[in-house]
Amino acid sequence: MTSPASPPLIEADELTVRFGTVTALDGLELTAQPGEVLAVLGPNGAGKTTFVRCVATLVRPDGGRLRVRGHDVVREAASVRRDIGLAGQFAAVEPTMTGRENLEMTARLFGHGRSSARRAAVGVIDQLRLADVADRRAAGYSGGQRRRLDLGASLVGSPRLLLLDEPTTGLDPVGRSEVWEAVRALAVTGTDILLTTHYLEEADELADRVVVIDHGRVIAAGRPNELKASIGQDVNDVAVGRELVPAVARILEHVTAGPARLQPGGQHVTALAPGGAGQLAAVIAELGDASIAVDEIGLRRPSLDEVFLALTGAGHRDSERTEPAGPGLTVGGPAARSAS
Amino acid sequence: MTAIELPARPARTPGLTTAAGQVALRALRKYLRTPGLSVMGVVQSALFLFSFRYVFGGAIHTGATRYVDFLVPAYVASIVLFTGGGIAVAVATDRADGFTDRLLSLPVSRYALVLGRTAADSTTNVWSIATTAAFGFLFGFRLPGSWQEGLAALGLCVAYAVVFTVVFVVMGLYAPSAQAAQGMSLIAFVFAFISSAYVPATSMPGWLQPFAKYQPITPMVDAVRSLLTGSTIDVGLALAWSAALVVVLAPVAVIRYRRP
Repeated sequence: MTSPASPPLIEADELTVRFGTVTALDGLELTAQPGEVLAVLGPNGAGKTTFVRCVATLVRPDGGRLRVRGHDVVREAASVRRDIGLAGQFAAVEPTMTGRENLEMTARLFGHGRSSARRAAVGVIDQLRLADVADRRAAGYSGGQRRRLDLGASLVGSPRLLLLDEPTTGLDPVGRSEVWEAVRALAVTGTDILLTTHYLEEADELADRVVVIDHGRVIAAGRPNELKASIGQDVNDVAVGRELVPAVARILEHVTAGPARLQPGGQHVTALAPGGAGQLAAVIAELGDASIAVDEIGLRRPSLDEVFLALTGAGHRDSERTEPAGPGLTVGGPAARSAS
Repeated sequence: MTAIELPARPARTPGLTTAAGQVALRALRKYLRTPGLSVMGVVQSALFLFSFRYVFGGAIHTGATRYVDFLVPAYVASIVLFTGGGIAVAVATDRADGFTDRLLSLPVSRYALVLGRTAADSTTNVWSIATTAAFGFLFGFRLPGSWQEGLAALGLCVAYAVVFTVVFVVMGLYAPSAQAAQGMSLIAFVFAFISSAYVPATSMPGWLQPFAKYQPITPMVDAVRSLLTGSTIDVGLALAWSAALVVVLAPVAVIRYRRP
């Protein structure tokens, strides 16, 4: 691993970026140590992509400082570029070239000679299981294959820090799990990874540490479990038939005095339980009074999703209130999470 | 779970020519493998030439010179102004879809990006020039002087191709989107049409003639015409314009890559 003397992987100090009148990063403070997968989590427009673009030397900070492995991204941009590999939300591969051609090109641009570029491409093709399609043009790849090729292109130069900007946005579940598997396999090897995502599930699956940002500032940071513990509340979770969802939501909101959410799948209605087990008893009592038969009921720890909503207050934003099921009922799932 | 073993780290960053070569190779592959680019460019330039030669040509008076002999040298010299919009669009598209970001995140010289792009597009433009010249002969153009003089004129057209390529690369780099790049490239039409390329500038209304006379395209096409007959009128001025455009615009392109 790393010696104690080695500089932090990423050190952002009062990092500020403005685009015209919009402040994308507003004095962001963040330190990441080597040896971990760090997820930067936030709603769209929170500044995630801007942050990654700063680390990748693509955006110059307007204020503050940003160092990658001790190198300043402005004054020592060339050194930073030697250390990083970038894979973006748009798969930046050349569609008219084969996977192998794409990888060899990028390897040459990382500084590999002709034959070592060829070897690097073969290695990455093997590791990312692209052998079947390596000699086909990337235009014909599936979404997951394209994203893996893009990932591979960022790996042929053996970056010390891999930057993944929303690596699975727009992928179907198969493509997503393919990318996840590759990221896990990389983390095992000890590649440092910074990824942004607005899928909480993704951060939970992949990250050792999560930084939640909103409006260009860090609003929470920690291991996924610490974050879940940090809101200090369990969640009432009631599973009922679809037709009973509005009634259950009303009861949950009445008892907990907070918003109820319908979970993806349309069966589970949840609400934070600031009152703990006592509130669960109250919910059960009110359900009994209303003669509502539930399939399941209980208290559980919050998902990272719920932590995120509690932290960003996104549950109270109007755009989130696309309530097909009941009064004040917020619908969960990627669509709602990506709104705002 | 399997671990992914990464290849060895490259010992150094790529040299200028290696990086430019890779950037150029990719642009050329895209051009050659996209029939819409490689074939349509040729078809488009032949159609324009056909229209000028056989549709408008009869109504344009060029004195003792046959219109086809007046038109073709200038048309070949300025063909890139018609086909070059594709360069601006390609460059703008690379910026929009993340390809440029990937390149900029790599340890490559920004000069290599401009050099590679310009080299590739200049090469495809030489192809446009060659095919357009061939269509010129097919539509009745005959060399007024020796074949050596013809080659000199063609060489000058190739030099212009590099100049115009840089112009369109800069447009593509500063255009906010691919559509905007397409629109911006129409400016080239203004320079091509309000010049002595397709009609004698003296046939234009008096208020338009100064623009036609003092913008770069007029001396550039006139220089090609004069080389064909063994004279060098306007060649110095044309080369000065060419050098000035490259000297000013190439750094503008590099700056855009440095501060994206």
